[in-house]
Amino acid sequence: MTGRRMPASARGARRRRGWGRAAQYAALLCYLAFLAFPLLWLVSTAFKSPRELGSVDPSWLPHHPTLDNFRKAFAEQPLLHAALNSVAVAGAAALVSVAIAVPAAYATVRFRTAVGRAGTVWVLVSQAFPLVLIIIPLFMVLKVMHLIDSRPGLGLVYVVWTLPFALWMLQGYVRAVPVSLEEAAAIDGCGRYRTLRSVVVPLLLPGLVATLMFSFVTAWNEFFFALVLLKSPEKQTMSVILTHFLGAEGAADLGPLAAASVLATLPSLLFFALLQRHLVQGMLSGAVKG
Amino acid sequence: MRRRTVLAGVLGSTTVAVSGCGSPSRSGPPSLDFLSLAWQEESVKVNKALVEQWNAQQSQIKVRYVQGSWDDVHDQLLTSFEGGAASDIIHDEGNDLTDFGFGGYLADLTTLIPASLRRRIPERTWDTARLGGAVYGVPFLQEPRVLIANRRLLEEAGVTVTDSADAWTWTEFEDVCRRLSHRAGGAARRYGTAWPMKSPVSVTLNLALTNGGRVLYKDPGGGPSQVRFGNADSAFAELVRRQVVQDGTAPAGALALGGGDVLPGFFAGRYAILPLDFSYRQQIQQQAPEGFDWVVLPLPVGESAPDGGRAQGVSPQTLSVSAACKHRREAMAFIDFMTSTPHMVRLAQGDWMPPTDAVALSDPALSTAKLGWSTGVALAGHLAASPALGVRGYAEWSDKIATPALQQFYSGAIGLDSLRRTLVRDGNRVLARYRS
Repeated sequence: MTGRRMPASARGARRRRGWGRAAQYAALLCYLAFLAFPLLWLVSTAFKSPRELGSVDPSWLPHHPTLDNFRKAFAEQPLLHAALNSVAVAGAAALVSVAIAVPAAYATVRFRTAVGRAGTVWVLVSQAFPLVLIIIPLFMVLKVMHLIDSRPGLGLVYVVWTLPFALWMLQGYVRAVPVSLEEAAAIDGCGRYRTLRSVVVPLLLPGLVATLMFSFVTAWNEFFFALVLLKSPEKQTMSVILTHFLGAEGAADLGPLAAASVLATLPSLLFFALLQRHLVQGMLSGAVKG
Repeated sequence: MRRRTVLAGVLGSTTVAVSGCGSPSRSGPPSLDFLSLAWQEESVKVNKALVEQWNAQQSQIKVRYVQGSWDDVHDQLLTSFEGGAASDIIHDEGNDLTDFGFGGYLADLTTLIPASLRRRIPERTWDTARLGGAVYGVPFLQEPRVLIANRRLLEEAGVTVTDSADAWTWTEFEDVCRRLSHRAGGAARRYGTAWPMKSPVSVTLNLALTNGGRVLYKDPGGGPSQVRFGNADSAFAELVRRQVVQDGTAPAGALALGGGDVLPGFFAGRYAILPLDFSYRQQIQQQAPEGFDWVVLPLPVGESAPDGGRAQGVSPQTLSVSAACKHRREAMAFIDFMTSTPHMVRLAQGDWMPPTDAVALSDPALSTAKLGWSTGVALAGHLAASPALGVRGYAEWSDKIATPALQQFYSGAIGLDSLRRTLVRDGNRVLARYRS
């Protein structure tokens, strides 16, 4: 049997590609480990006893896993109630933010007017203001509107806070939708609203999901607005409740803090798990020929 | 802290007249909001129980417990004060009273404090909450610094355990640390002590008092405070640097850590003695390995210093009333209730700190030798107002000048002359912009 042998140069190129691919995977694994480390360490800490936490040689896995930290966290703080508050505020803020950002992104991309350009630049500039510059004026405005110590008030702040970035994200996705599809819809008799609803929005689905996730996670993790704007214990959100495990000068009740933090990450993970398949679907493939 | 400076600057340029009170105005009996920063399990329980007890006894004034957090409390309070939505009764610490008192956010309690409460707390402790003749808070818990030592290592090295009446001098402490240090490599390396200096400025100022120094000097005439760094002011800082850089009896790696961060090394025998705030006993009690034998010793004393070198600065925990509160007398009555002698004992036990009440200090629950209580309680009589208290511009001086300069000095990057030049010359420029 005589087989055709690959030329030496091709074999070398193939080998180099193999090594290159292995290096890529190794780098990817290192990056994943880097990203996963804090979460894994948090989970491990949540199951360690105070004595194990005080050990000078910390271990990856708890030697004597315990649920005491979770029991203590639930006994000391209203975690469930705070989580519901966070879900309500962050969820509502994310939905409203995206609902506003979609038509705004479409308008600023498709109608290139001076006002639209100025608005886009202003949105970008508004991101440059540090939090400390806006918190007091914002507090004043909300007070006049009787929205201090109010969950809708906090939700409104989160909408304003996440809207600029949501708008910028969606502008990129809208630009990627071929205008020819909209023109085809127009030839078929669709008006602007119908085109947006029936043609553009379905094609924007991955972008909508990504923006929704971003807005939700930003609002879920936000701490300072929630700390300053909410006073009533029954209205406080998860990020504020977590700080109740911290003392002065950096002291912390580490075990219960880690346990509560693990619980606080679950809704975000769940949200990601539910929506991530929409994130990877490429709906535009094959939409336009030629 | 940097954000604190910026936020204060923003406030300086914000001129919005705001009126109102922390609690929503309602018809019927007044309801007061009590912002508590208690965070340890026992402490939260005691605070909540006392509020419940008050509400059960009082039909006229109800108090609502509002859980706060030490994290970002200054910014939170500043924003809510400015927005007119602060709680009526505020748990905070002495350092914050300077900004808030001078800023007009807190009520002057001078005429409101009942005579019995005034008598319960020593005059030198009232000084920690008095600014420009006005009292902006009731100091109720205070935290001295003590030495917490591994008894086995002391005994093995033949070091005698001291008591409050016979504390080591700083020189003796340095000798003891040399005896306890072990220069073997790797895990066998042992240091006599470790200086967790995450907040180097407050430690340096408060313990400068043990040598008769202050670093920050207030102008009795109301002018800007002055930074001086003479021999008495720098003696403590020089000792720490000597131990870290010259003697090698304290690790450089611990300088950037907080008190809780050095405990694992303490439990493992790497550090024999830790100078820590008194309340760290709670964490040690909770985390120490079984059989670990620890003992609380008094802080070393300065030689030829006032008060026998026992004085140390503190910034006590305080209860204040918001200036916007419409029911100041009722708020003061609640503070009086919270700080009654038996209640102060309970609060002290919950927070593992000595109370300010002179009678409460002699309560059997606190004067016991168990868990080192008696050592800390004995120090209470020598606690004085931290030099930082009442100094306008302290936050900016601390953030921009003192913290980086002291960190460099302690790690050996700069010398004493350079430190003195930075603290005094640059520091006085900052403080000159503030008047007390």
